[in-house]
Amino acid sequence: MEKNNTCAGIYTKKVIETFKNPHNYGKIKNADGIGKVGNIVCGDVMWLYIKVAKNKKKEDFIKDVKFETFGCVAAISTSSMITDLVKGKTIKEALKITKDNIVESLGGLPKIKYHCSVLAIDALAEAIFDYLKKNKMPIPKELEDRHKKAKRERGILEKRYKNRAE
Amino acid sequence: MKKIYLDYAATTPVDPLVAKAMASYFSEKFGNTMSLHSFGQEAKMALEESREIVADLIFAKPSEITFTSSATESNNLALKGVAMANKHLGKHIIISAIEHPCVLESANWLKKQGFDVTKIGVDKYGMVSPENIKKTIKEDTILVSIIHGSNEIGTIEPIAEIGKICREKGVLFHTDASQSLGKIPIDVNKMNIDLLTASSHKMYGPKGAALLFVKEGVKIEPILHGGGQENGLRSSTVNIPAIVGFAKACEIAKKEMSGEAKRLAKLRDKLIKGVLKIQGAHLNGHPKIRLPNNANFSFDFIEGESLIIQLDLHGVACSTGSACSSAKLEPSHVLLATGMKHEQAHGSLRVSLGKWTKESDINYLLKILPKIIKQLRKISPYGKK
Repeated sequence: MEKNNTCAGIYTKKVIETFKNPHNYGKIKNADGIGKVGNIVCGDVMWLYIKVAKNKKKEDFIKDVKFETFGCVAAISTSSMITDLVKGKTIKEALKITKDNIVESLGGLPKIKYHCSVLAIDALAEAIFDYLKKNKMPIPKELEDRHKKAKRERGILEKRYKNRAE
Repeated sequence: MKKIYLDYAATTPVDPLVAKAMASYFSEKFGNTMSLHSFGQEAKMALEESREIVADLIFAKPSEITFTSSATESNNLALKGVAMANKHLGKHIIISAIEHPCVLESANWLKKQGFDVTKIGVDKYGMVSPENIKKTIKEDTILVSIIHGSNEIGTIEPIAEIGKICREKGVLFHTDASQSLGKIPIDVNKMNIDLLTASSHKMYGPKGAALLFVKEGVKIEPILHGGGQENGLRSSTVNIPAIVGFAKACEIAKKEMSGEAKRLAKLRDKLIKGVLKIQGAHLNGHPKIRLPNNANFSFDFIEGESLIIQLDLHGVACSTGSACSSAKLEPSHVLLATGMKHEQAHGSLRVSLGKWTKESDINYLLKILPKIIKQLRKISPYGKK
């Protein structure tokens, strides 16, 4: 793993570069799907927005994607990386992306930060689930399961954030 | 890129005068203090001279100073040593909720050995109430251990008052002064302290040396058994270069402390004033009763590790109590003990100043910090206001 000679030495150069200049952050107005996930252990929260369109083969593909993340360097760089990985992909292809794909694309992550890459694929799965559900489209069993798990975790998080001073 | 170090609470650079004082104790005057020949006696003399200088800084007798390798070791020795030597008198120990992990974990270990540990809470400024201590002391309380200056939020605890209460109740009182020695005056007699921990590398001395002050007559068991160095309280070949350096650092602190405390407090207050102009910024710790070199903030809607790395990329070294920066992935127990919410504890920033901090360093931090916070809030789902 390539190391950066700063106190960010635990991260690869690619992670730090991505963190410094994250791609695709912000909101999408009238998004077709939104995935909101949070990891209560680390205190990271990630919101992912997707805009879906049809390609030439009439398949659904992710035309645009944006994220908003409250979290550490790993959370922000995995957020940015997943937007880069899914942009232009069909829904089917996007669902095949794994946490390992993200970690590899970032040149590695410290083990203790692996959950951030899980957070990123969960956010994507939630956004796609949201899109399919809104449009009354069939939802693959695996996606349904992932959604149930994310929902459970969100419940715990919302309890904590309910009293947030805003 | 210019690099600015604002993490003096983590560790300090060794003062060049300290390094110079140490230099001849590596290859030239390398003797073992236990040897009877001239090499050993030379080392022994350096050790006892160092003990006098260090004792002088806290108004203790040289015989009351035990040198150890680290504040962690001193705190372990204080808690475990007092507990083991006094268990026939009682099994109750009181600590605060904002102690350094080495005190907390020593207390946890003692709990496993059958001791009864009470963790006293703090107010929103991280202050321990002496009244609370008074109420918590029981018949079988043998030790109270309260940190002097908080390593995280800088709050200075009412040590003299707590010490007085302990003295009246006949309970031993230990304080961890790792962050305060050399920064604010300490008098173990006036402050009614029975045991005190301090560390060399927090005050421009080298790593590898620390002390435990044990008041004459206080019973304590060693935790390292062996050759009987340090009056039998801490067996190990004595680390002479580090101890000579520690003593030199104490000598310098004695001379420079009062002027330096004023200078740093002024810079710290300028920093606090500037940072609090940022929307959603909060000061942690006591607004007035705090270490002259410590400022600790929380920023709404952002996470501390991201902030620290951004600052580092801009050349500024600080630290955070955020979960993501810790191996345990839990936010700082100190910030949580002050009643802070998890999400705010995640967004904390500790800035600690020192001897080589200049006003221009503070100005630079104040220039870049608002921009970095704005950028991170742009990315955060909560930051849109």
